[in-house]
Amino acid sequence: MSNRAENGAPLLEVRDLVVHHGQLRALSGISLAVYPGEVYALIGANGAGKSTLLRTISGLHHPTSGSVTYDGKNVTGVRPDKRAASGIVMVPEGRRLFPSLTLEENLKVGMSFARKGPWNIARIYELFPWMKERRGQKTAQMSGGEQQSVAIGRALVANPRVLLLDELSLGLAPVIVQRIYATLPQVLESGITVLLVEQDVSQALRVATHLQCLLEGHTTLEGTPAEVTREQVEAAYFGATDGSNHGLG
Amino acid sequence: MTETAKTGIRSEEDFLKVTRSRRNTVWSGLGAVVLIVVLYRFPYFVQPGTTGIMIQGLIVLTLASMWNLLAGYAGLVSVGQQAFFGLGAYFVLIPAMHGVTPWAGLFVAAIGAAVCAVPLWWLVARLRLGYFAIATWVLAEVVMLVIEQISSIGGGTGMPLPGLIGYNPAVLTADTYWAALTVAVLAIGGVYLLLRSKVGLVLTAIRDDERAAKSSGVRVGLARMGVFIAAAAGCGAAGGVLAIEQLQVVPGTSGGVFSVQWTAEMAFAVIIGGIGTIEGPILGTIVYMVLQQTLQSYNAWYLIVLGLVAIAIAIFARRGLWGTVVDRFNIRLFPVGYYLWSPGERRGRRRAATHVVR
Amino acid sequence: MAWVNAIIQGLLTGGLYALFACGLSLMFGVMKVINLAHGDLAVVAGYIGVGVIAITHMPVLWSIPVVVVLMAIIGYVLQRSLIQGALSRGELTTLIVTFGLSIVIENGLQQFFTANSRGLGVGDSFITASFSIGSQITIAWLNVIIFALAVVVLLGLQQYLSHSKYGRLIRAVADDREAAQLSGANYRHVFGIAAAIAFGTVAIAGMFQGMITTISPTLGTETILLFAFAAVVIGGLGSLWGTLLGGVVLGVAQAIGAQINPSWEQLAGYAVFLAVLVIRPQGLTSRGAQA
Repeated sequence: MSNRAENGAPLLEVRDLVVHHGQLRALSGISLAVYPGEVYALIGANGAGKSTLLRTISGLHHPTSGSVTYDGKNVTGVRPDKRAASGIVMVPEGRRLFPSLTLEENLKVGMSFARKGPWNIARIYELFPWMKERRGQKTAQMSGGEQQSVAIGRALVANPRVLLLDELSLGLAPVIVQRIYATLPQVLESGITVLLVEQDVSQALRVATHLQCLLEGHTTLEGTPAEVTREQVEAAYFGATDGSNHGLG
Repeated sequence: MTETAKTGIRSEEDFLKVTRSRRNTVWSGLGAVVLIVVLYRFPYFVQPGTTGIMIQGLIVLTLASMWNLLAGYAGLVSVGQQAFFGLGAYFVLIPAMHGVTPWAGLFVAAIGAAVCAVPLWWLVARLRLGYFAIATWVLAEVVMLVIEQISSIGGGTGMPLPGLIGYNPAVLTADTYWAALTVAVLAIGGVYLLLRSKVGLVLTAIRDDERAAKSSGVRVGLARMGVFIAAAAGCGAAGGVLAIEQLQVVPGTSGGVFSVQWTAEMAFAVIIGGIGTIEGPILGTIVYMVLQQTLQSYNAWYLIVLGLVAIAIAIFARRGLWGTVVDRFNIRLFPVGYYLWSPGERRGRRRAATHVVR
Repeated sequence: MAWVNAIIQGLLTGGLYALFACGLSLMFGVMKVINLAHGDLAVVAGYIGVGVIAITHMPVLWSIPVVVVLMAIIGYVLQRSLIQGALSRGELTTLIVTFGLSIVIENGLQQFFTANSRGLGVGDSFITASFSIGSQITIAWLNVIIFALAVVVLLGLQQYLSHSKYGRLIRAVADDREAAQLSGANYRHVFGIAAAIAFGTVAIAGMFQGMITTISPTLGTETILLFAFAAVVIGGLGSLWGTLLGGVVLGVAQAIGAQINPSWEQLAGYAVFLAVLVIRPQGLTSRGAQA
């Protein structure tokens, strides 16, 4: 944690976020800071609140209290479409492609309010060569891995500054997941900062520069992959029986 | 919810009590009886003209209660209730043409409309909200067009109602009023009893969460059909009353028995008064009558104003006038929900659902 | 050969029905709104046309674009205010609000314009001009032109939805509102555009109706709404060409009905509609959309 401030101000910051789903409290005072160039991973079991956190950051969900700050500005009350246009772009859980649109049309929608930057449709086709000849196909007929790639492409063409990835590996075979994560370096090279949610802990540890573990809406662990031990992660993931496991500094 | 039983013996006071009503609803029950008695005496101390207005109001009240039952409790937004209203009128007309007194014809109207509702339900049962609405509208149009083809009952121009000639006008008005009042009381009473019965429980379950209700074995389709048929009967009886009041039955679309204006009036009355509550239609009908009487000289303005008010209330005060009262003062005249009394509490706080259909 | 004439007539009328219907279909497909006031909007457009012509004395054909633009603007504003407000409170409220709107519009029109029908005056010679195929088939030019124009409008709409940025966005928002937001689309604005298009197309149809025959305050709910809805249901939701097919089927059914018995015209159309509703709620060219 100690060297992060040297990168300047955090690009994305969340402070004491409390989020409810109706009566149910999903997040109880979560804080995190993502600095430019980082790959920040959120891990935790089902229902821990990871996706809720991402949805709140993207603007689809309103927090009960707390703040979301992007590039120094408070965006807590900003509409999701405005956030996307200003550079916080999410690849939602379950892909959520547009089923009645073709592959290329999905990408074009992503470009509708894009910022200027290196990513465009041509470059997505370079990243995923198989897409080029299937650009006219409806995405509903594609496999899970292919759909996930299209979803990522749709987000990339918007040239985000912060890319939010929600459960990339969900429902995909490990080989496919590896292939998708293999594109991450190119994403980072283009200057994009990544905040991802991942249920597969080993996968997260492999790509993350920083991580936070959530359990039932609380932070149970924070640090870098190098700093945390396997036991700590397990304890944080499943919850230590004495309930006193709070994050490392 | 407080925990029960685990921590030893507790006295009766400590358990939660569930009752149907609070004290004040007993009073309101008595009040209702008094009111009905007063209403029955009405023609004796007002002019026939006023009684005539009351008849109109009672017709709309019956219709509104039915529409409320459909939309507010069963989630069925019907824009075609005029079909049953008109059929009811014809079910009084046709027997009258064969010598049956129109008063008895009212029973035929209710039953006949209910019978007609069965095949019509079969046509629209599976349709979702918006489709259901338009389909019922189409059905009403079809019913009207079919009836207009039958010249023996008046075709497109309508037919006068036989069987009531020679009546003293004032007596006729009074008799019509009593018929209308009886229909209205039966209608509202029927709705009240229905909602307190098992069917009412089913409807509340459906309203709260349809899928959950279905998966616990609740016969959703059957309950809805029952409501549809009951509402048809009510509208049919009201239509019969109209036939008697107007001494003729005219099908046409503007002002005739099959006019969609009737649905507009009943729907607006319900929405303004408070959808999903039994008291709502009563209040809404009163508002409707007030508007109609004050704006009468301005032609169709009352309907325009009624419509605008209904739109405004639908958006800004969804629960309608009565619903807002219920929320504020926590009172109910027709108890169809439950009160939950925490241990030691003397005034129950409303817990069970009479949530307005969203 | 009266039958053939009738069927051809019905076919051509179907184009107009499709034009009435496409706006309804669009609003339902994109926003899940069944606009019960849809038919009345066509009538409103007609009356606006009457007003515009009365004020500016421009020829009918020139007034059409003016009316369309006005209605499109009204549509956008109405959508973003009233309809969006109702939408956020649920399907029931939306239905009630559009129903209320319909009643208010009809009675309002009746107050200001009386219940009489009115035509838009295209010039008598234009209306009655016709051509013949062979010795027994006569087709009115006006019907052909309106059919052709309806097809052109539908084609244009199709192109717009397929190839333009906002056309794509409309389809995207219809598919998945949240995902569209994540791509930067303000869905309320997109809804507004869809409504503007719906109001614009129904305005064209309303003007044509006024040109072919007449308009009257209650025409919206007496015939137009139900015909539009019937065309959509018969042709299947989600398909513009399905709507055209639906309109044609409806028109032909009515023509056949009228041939059998003049007062069966409307009935025949409704009969087909009900039959389709019962047998195949998705319509004849469905893509699996549910009733």
